[in-house]
Amino acid sequence: MSMAADERELRDDGLSSLQLSTRLESIWRTPSGFFGALMSVDHKVVGRRYIVTAFAFLVLGGILAVLMRIQLAGPEQTFLSPDKYNQIFTMHGSTMMFLFAVPVMEAFAVYLVPLMVGTRNIAFPRLNAFSYWMYLFGGCFLWISFLVNTGPDVGWFAYVPLSSLQYTPTKRPDVWAQMITFTEVAALAVSVEIVVTVFKLRAPGMTLDRIPLFVWGMLVTSFLVMFAMPSIMVASTSLILDRLVNTRFYDPSSGGHPLLWQHLFWFFGHPEVYIIFIPGTGMVSMILGTFARRPVIGYPVVILSLIATGFLSFGLWVHHMFVTGLPQLGAGLFTASSMLIAVPSGLQIFCWLATLWDGRPVYRTPLLFVLGFIVIFVIGGLSGVMVASVPIDTQVHDTYFVVAHFHYVLIGGAVFPLIGAVYYWFPKITGRMLSERLGRWNFWFAFVGFNVTFFPMHLLGLIGMPRRVYTYTADMDWAHLNLLSSGGAAIFAISFALLLVNVIISLRSGALAGDNPWDASTLEWATSSPPPPQNFDRIPVVKHRDPLWFDNDSLPVVAGLSVERREVLLTSLAEAEPQTREASPEPSLWPLITAIATTIFFIGSIFTPWAVLWGTPPMAVALIGWFWPSGSKEDEE
Amino acid sequence: MPVRMRTALVPFVMLPLAACAGRQSALDPHGLQSDRILHTLFIFLIIAAIVWIAVVIVLGIAMLRRKRASDRPLALHLPFEQASGRVVLGLGLATLVIVLGLSIVSYAGQRTVFAKDGNALTLKIIGHQWWWEVQYEGDSPHQSFTTANEIRIPTGQPVKVELESADVIHSFWVPSLTGKMDLITGQTNELQFTAKNAGVYRGQCAEFCGLQHAHMAFAVLALSPDEFGRWRDHENENANSPTDELGKQGEQLFRARGCALCHNIRGTLAGGQLGPDLTHVGSRTTVAAGTLPMTPATLGAWIADPQHIKPGNYMPKMPLQSDELIAILHYLEQLK
Repeated sequence: MSMAADERELRDDGLSSLQLSTRLESIWRTPSGFFGALMSVDHKVVGRRYIVTAFAFLVLGGILAVLMRIQLAGPEQTFLSPDKYNQIFTMHGSTMMFLFAVPVMEAFAVYLVPLMVGTRNIAFPRLNAFSYWMYLFGGCFLWISFLVNTGPDVGWFAYVPLSSLQYTPTKRPDVWAQMITFTEVAALAVSVEIVVTVFKLRAPGMTLDRIPLFVWGMLVTSFLVMFAMPSIMVASTSLILDRLVNTRFYDPSSGGHPLLWQHLFWFFGHPEVYIIFIPGTGMVSMILGTFARRPVIGYPVVILSLIATGFLSFGLWVHHMFVTGLPQLGAGLFTASSMLIAVPSGLQIFCWLATLWDGRPVYRTPLLFVLGFIVIFVIGGLSGVMVASVPIDTQVHDTYFVVAHFHYVLIGGAVFPLIGAVYYWFPKITGRMLSERLGRWNFWFAFVGFNVTFFPMHLLGLIGMPRRVYTYTADMDWAHLNLLSSGGAAIFAISFALLLVNVIISLRSGALAGDNPWDASTLEWATSSPPPPQNFDRIPVVKHRDPLWFDNDSLPVVAGLSVERREVLLTSLAEAEPQTREASPEPSLWPLITAIATTIFFIGSIFTPWAVLWGTPPMAVALIGWFWPSGSKEDEE
Repeated sequence: MPVRMRTALVPFVMLPLAACAGRQSALDPHGLQSDRILHTLFIFLIIAAIVWIAVVIVLGIAMLRRKRASDRPLALHLPFEQASGRVVLGLGLATLVIVLGLSIVSYAGQRTVFAKDGNALTLKIIGHQWWWEVQYEGDSPHQSFTTANEIRIPTGQPVKVELESADVIHSFWVPSLTGKMDLITGQTNELQFTAKNAGVYRGQCAEFCGLQHAHMAFAVLALSPDEFGRWRDHENENANSPTDELGKQGEQLFRARGCALCHNIRGTLAGGQLGPDLTHVGSRTTVAAGTLPMTPATLGAWIADPQHIKPGNYMPKMPLQSDELIAILHYLEQLK
């Protein structure tokens, strides 16, 4: 492609604002009708679908949690059979980790990152659509299997040999392993899109030190996904191979080893925690800056902490394996490396506290959730320091103490910021505000319900209750704390019902938001709510880390982009200097067709190895259709 | 919180249910190792509590303190920015010092907990879905014997358990005595611990191992060295022969009704190897791997319908007439 301006091409500098808006909208809009909706490659449309789907899985996973709490509310209950219970706790963990926590963070990134960096669409928008379909089909595959009594029942980390064909001769572990493949494909695709969007599509002038902290967080997260996911891909694929075609990767009688699974799984599984947590910290930084009414203190410290967390997260997977009989000195070193992650996490907390200290906090619902996050997450972090210690871990490993710990980290560290983020960005996404009154009720129910549910579990673990038991005998002294925990779960569940009610009511009758209801500083607030299909009529030029605070009244803009076709502006990696204009793909049905072909291939291959043979040609055809040159201007050049 | 119980133990006496309750707690240590771990835990807990309270106090002050008036978000106060940067880095450094200190505390604890003693009594424990096989290795072959779901050890003497699995991964955990260690297919792990006090301590499988993971418990009976020696000598002997007619009938039915296909009773023709060894089953404290206390009623209920008590376990429900069940039960009860 050439930078030379084509004289006959119409550019945005030749149009009035209204003409420009109308033209861009007709170029960028998603085609109407049912098939139009299926063809959409708009990051906002895909992002919205992603968010709604992820929350649907949150509701499903939450219902399972409530069922487990009913079962455990008293000793020797028969509300759930052991078989159902084992399926339910496996489904709960798998749904929450793979179908809710990771995808919902990606979903917000898909929606927000292009807006925050000031571009018109995400990089590789068709891949983005494909990613969503893969995620949707993978999630439905798991849940439909569960509803027909083929839900996985070997735990969300599916340890071999329990998950091997010999000890679980059903299709259940295959369903689990292949669901992993679906979500891996989806997550890897989104990560590539995010990295390229952040590196190449930033608005001119958005140098590396002007990137919003949420975008930084998602950049680090995307790299974590790209380095961590291949490990689980190797693990789950070899498990399927062991089960389907009798390879012996994990069979000790043929030179395989069960611990291989654990290493591969946790080499992914520990970074996974940070894949969930780092986007949460990004949300916290954004919300905190806005509501403390000042930029977050220590911007470079926060970024370096995120990057340090990313690196360190690959060096502590062994703390999940302290009781597998590893050499003691090695285990001790992993104690130190695990605790070390408290340093970057602590630095971020200190930066946020300093920001609040100096700021003039406005206590709206998003900030309440951030404050709740700090109180809860610090407990989770500190109990994390405890489980990192080998001697302590030998007692608390695989007990309710650990259950308490990781819910404090994951719900405290990711779900609280996430709900805050829902309150914060809902006006941008829908154009309407959520009710503040209901929001406060929502927060207090969540805060109290969460702590009542999970704090007693610390004690339960210490007085001997292992995790993943479907019941316990009456003489074990665990009944009272379990009942308390179940009561807390009811309160916690109400908080999510309140959120749902709030969303439904506000969608119909919430106050209109306007472009920037919170007087926030970043670019997503520089466009209308909800944003038009083209995001921005004119691409902004960024001169400051907080452009809307700094250039309050007149954001400078770029001129010269085409208004005849979808076009985005590429900029340089570090300095974000404009480099070239690049065509952005049109809507297409091919990503959906490819996803359907891939789904048939994936699901078929857990039943017969021949699916690898007959499953690939349809995928190849779909991909050829996807990439068939469409005779666009760019192709001709 | 479990109540500390110092029940004077008499071997070969069926213990009431209460005796094995509550003794499964990391907060109620009766072993050298669990003591040391609790010690380490308290150090961590105190520091964690201090850190958390400090964070919450700072957060509270940050929220409550009066702020200087300022209209624009970006009216930054440069000296404050620099000062707060220094404070943040200082706190980061303090965090580093704390975690390094705790790492050292942890490693010191780890060294003690995992210290090896050459004079340890050696047991081999093999995990099965969902019960525990326990092998005592004596100085000579005729001093070795196998039992199940119950471990008796002498107080004050280090015990080394060699942990293996017959099927999937299990985890051996007696929180009152020491931390857990996994039983992993294809490898042998070792764990050493010393009971300080006599008592009954409950243990439970801590690694999810399938359908009946919840009902895979066991009892550890720590006895005085003398009592332990007597028990061991007795346990080493073959099973008691039935003394009465009903018992003899029970012994025959044990073979005739298929029990002997899976269960071994030393000194008799029953030589199955799939299920728990029942040579001295009458002297054990629990039924079905810690699921029920051992009484004639519970043992009878278990034999009558194991699938009702522990659904999905590998002991089938055998078609027994009630008089046959009574005879078998009577026989097993005599196997003290």
